[in-house]
Amino acid sequence: MKLLKEGYKTVEKIAGPLLFVSKVARGGIGEIVKIESNFGEDYGQILQIVDDLCVIQVFGETMGLAPNNTVVWLERDVVKIPLGIALQGRILNGRAMPIDGEGPISCIEKWAPIQGNAINPWRRKSPHEFIETGISTIDLMNTLVKGQKLPIFTGSGLPADKLAAQIVKYARTPATSADSSPFMVVFAALGITQREASYFREAFRESGAIYRGVFFFNLAGDPSIERILTPRMALTVAEYFAFEKGYDVLVVLTDMLHYCEALREISSAREEIPGRRGFPSYMYSDLASIYERAGCISGIKGSITQIPIVTMPDDDLTHPVPDLTGYITEGQIVMDRELHGKGIYPPIDVLSSLSRLMNKGIGEGSTVPEHRALSDQLYAAYGRFKDLVRLKTIIGEEGLTPTEMSYLSFGEKFESEFVNQGERRRSLDETLEHAWNCLLTLPKDELHRLPVNLIDEVMLKRGTKA
Amino acid sequence: MQDNRGYIKGISGSVVTSTCFANTSIYEVVYVGSERLLGEVVRVRRDVADIQVYEDTTGLQIGDHTIFTGELLSMKLAPGLLGQVLDGIGRPLERLGKKSPYISRGTHIDAVDDSEKWYFIPRLQRGDDVGPGDILGEVEEKGIKHFIMAPLDFRGKDNTISWMAPKGEYVVDDVICKIGETTVKMFQRWNIRTPRKVGRKLDLDKPLLTGTRILDVFFPLALGGTAVIPGGFGTGKTVTQQSIARWANADIVIYIGCGERGNEMTEVLEEFPSLTDVRRGIPLMDRMILIANTSNMPVAAREASIYLGMTIAEYYRDMGYNVAIIADSISRWAEALREISGRLEEMPGEEGYPAYLASRLARYYERAGNVVPLGSPQRNGSISVINAISPPGGDFSEPVTQSGLRLSGCFWALDKGLATKRHFPSINWAQSYSLYHENLDRYFTREISEDWVPLREFVFNILHDGKSLQEMVQIVGRDGLTEEEKWILKLSELINIFYLQQNAFDPNDAYCDSGRQLVMLNTLKLLDEQIRGALNSGVLFEQIDSQFAFVADLMKLRSQNTEDYENSLTSYIKKLKEELSDLI
Ligand SMILES: Nc1ncnc2c1ncn2[C@@H]1O[C@H](COP(=O)(O)OP(=O)(O)O)[C@@H](O)[C@H]1O
Ligand SMILES: [Mg+2]
Repeated sequence: MKLLKEGYKTVEKIAGPLLFVSKVARGGIGEIVKIESNFGEDYGQILQIVDDLCVIQVFGETMGLAPNNTVVWLERDVVKIPLGIALQGRILNGRAMPIDGEGPISCIEKWAPIQGNAINPWRRKSPHEFIETGISTIDLMNTLVKGQKLPIFTGSGLPADKLAAQIVKYARTPATSADSSPFMVVFAALGITQREASYFREAFRESGAIYRGVFFFNLAGDPSIERILTPRMALTVAEYFAFEKGYDVLVVLTDMLHYCEALREISSAREEIPGRRGFPSYMYSDLASIYERAGCISGIKGSITQIPIVTMPDDDLTHPVPDLTGYITEGQIVMDRELHGKGIYPPIDVLSSLSRLMNKGIGEGSTVPEHRALSDQLYAAYGRFKDLVRLKTIIGEEGLTPTEMSYLSFGEKFESEFVNQGERRRSLDETLEHAWNCLLTLPKDELHRLPVNLIDEVMLKRGTKA
Repeated sequence: MQDNRGYIKGISGSVVTSTCFANTSIYEVVYVGSERLLGEVVRVRRDVADIQVYEDTTGLQIGDHTIFTGELLSMKLAPGLLGQVLDGIGRPLERLGKKSPYISRGTHIDAVDDSEKWYFIPRLQRGDDVGPGDILGEVEEKGIKHFIMAPLDFRGKDNTISWMAPKGEYVVDDVICKIGETTVKMFQRWNIRTPRKVGRKLDLDKPLLTGTRILDVFFPLALGGTAVIPGGFGTGKTVTQQSIARWANADIVIYIGCGERGNEMTEVLEEFPSLTDVRRGIPLMDRMILIANTSNMPVAAREASIYLGMTIAEYYRDMGYNVAIIADSISRWAEALREISGRLEEMPGEEGYPAYLASRLARYYERAGNVVPLGSPQRNGSISVINAISPPGGDFSEPVTQSGLRLSGCFWALDKGLATKRHFPSINWAQSYSLYHENLDRYFTREISEDWVPLREFVFNILHDGKSLQEMVQIVGRDGLTEEEKWILKLSELINIFYLQQNAFDPNDAYCDSGRQLVMLNTLKLLDEQIRGALNSGVLFEQIDSQFAFVADLMKLRSQNTEDYENSLTSYIKKLKEELSDLI
């Protein structure tokens, strides 16, 4: 406990979310400050220092602050969060204050800086354990593995929330052996609406995730700069449970677009040279400091799997936020407006989706030996279908060969049956069944990505069944 | 030491401003704060210096001390580097990782382990005269001869060896030779930003063979050449580069993970030790040095990482090896440069990059080459540069891609559309090019076959014709096509599936040597001759197309090993001929 506090009344300038305070003795970069004014208290963080002038980002609103009514107290510490098992089941606001009416967090084991440290690449362990999400397009074609960071790219009005909640509800690792790690969810809402928030809350209550998880809510109406803290707090909690308590933690961050907008707001207040669409040019590194906190560590139990949700403004995949996210994460699940329009749920466009770690979690010993081949075959056929749909609009159905016509029926079946599974969970076996149903609409010679004997075997089995 | 101490006056991200001295020089190494974080001076003004700090600056305070060392950032070059993984400033991540799973600050240890013993065999003896770069002796490092060379900056008055260590075990800090009065140890220090001097540059006349068909045949890279692989996310930059690291005919591979994913480094670390080099039978990891400065590691160290890699590459080149240096991705390096430039409030150029981006890039690419290093005996070494580029939004018009285009000899353009269709490697053959054809054609003709060039041209022409026909069909439909044109369309599709597509994860197809590539090209040529023959005798394309499963047949051929392949090919063509003559 410090008895002596350092306070400064030397606020020179207030610009947007920034305070400029002069005559500060030995200011420290990244240190936290308490800001007192007629309106109450708030916190901020030192972003930049030039001689004795400190630039401070304020996490709350700066409205009402005036140079002559504001005192800035140096806390001489970085931003930290309390950690303890008692966090499980708690609902917190964007800066980790409980908002569930259950009182303060008890039994704090320790305080940890929210900044996090980079994992030494030599100490990482490649994620390789299959997670069955119960969703065909993911499990068979864009497999999620434990420790992966796999975002959902969505457009406004597309059901990404529903998909995320569904994954949280159904995700499981097949080998639920005795020594397998317990599973939990850490959820961080970043600037989502009240309506979206209550949807998630309801979904988590229904699936029971609420009793084991830790939930952070920064809503649209909450201070935007707070969003810089929220994901880092959530990940610090996740790291605690994963790497100290041995949990497999699934972290859902929604919506990273809002996070980036907060970053842009600070950048523009600092009068930095704006990058693409006004986002700061260091956004790649900043996002990486969040996303790279997923993974597995050798010699340590537990894992962090991340599912960030990213809205693509105007459905534009090249918008800086999804673009930079895609450059950092290990793949992406892309929602498609056209499929959604056809009433298909989940409207996942497999062609633009990708799981980079898929190969590690599938095949002999994990799923089925033919997993990769089946997935490749579905991709090739669906890609061909898309080309032919385009060609058909030019030359008409008459111009297509019988083989090409079979691709059209394949594609329709694929979308309406394989993709369109609804809210039900599908086991991997059911998914495989549906995949074969679609593929067998094609002539056997077209299935050249699959081993011939496998096709014969499957056809035989089906023949005898029928 | 006392007078070399300054103190911090300002902090902005990874850039710290400190008081300095009249003799403070640009790129001088500085230790910052009580934790002695490593930094380098990037700008000096009258009495303040701007320092880029290679470690996380959180917690630094105004008034903290800075220590100016008077030295430039250098690398200790010695046996023991092969097989290691280093961070962007050359710290050994394995030894650091044993202490903590996280990157710690303020730890400065050299990559080479100074307690490791090496069996040194002298090559020269007392009384011999030596010059810079002369090979004094050798030790064996992971199955290669690691030559201990006289320092390049050696400039003694007396250049006669006055003492030579006898054969035996030494650590890198031991003196192994005295030239006149100068002692020479088993290591050299070299400032990473300065290219190592060479004797002379040679023409590039041998290929860097990758085992990737589309690259070796259509867009070959020369040993000592430069290549760029630009592409949006998920188009295959990393997979292509890793596959080159695995299969290329280089002696040494330096792989720089520059601002990319941690797990991709881990993947290399987990897989390469158990894979063998197809040419020498040693574990692949033994010919590699990995430099891992991932996206979440300090940004300034990303800037340094490529120079570090290049310095190590030059060191092994000087011993007479062919070194490939692979950076994933050079865009992240450029962004680091931009970020630091922004913190220095320099005038931004295009896309916010500093105006000196292009010249810095040029200097890097120029360190590639095929050379005769300094010193005797005369030897030949090369550095081939392969850079991934990550253009924002996949748009190639941005400055880093454009500089890459200008500065490199191979342009391997990745195509999002192909990647979406899972056509891998998704290299766009119409957009890509190699400037090394002329030199390398001579090599291929001499070493592989006289048919190499004509076959390549045959396949390339079909692809071109197929493409224009495809475009026509997209507009007017297929009605107007002649029988021959229908076949060309089909054949170009076959070339795509059978020849251009190559799955990097298929153990049987990931690597394809030149001999096998030749057989495959030949297959296509023979197939074409047969079909054209039949079409010329009046058979309709539809008849042929409905009777034969070309894709399935070709894939079956491709799945065989090379000897069986040649036999099966002969019988396949024979059978095809018979069946076609039935149609006629
Ligand atoms: N040659 C290839 N063979 C098979 N799959 C490939 C190949 N190249 C790329 N891929 C697929 O594409 C994905 C993305 O490739 P990657 O090299 O990681 O892209 P980038 O580095 O350009 O973002 C990989 O995870 C893999 O599934
Ligand atoms: Mg990559």
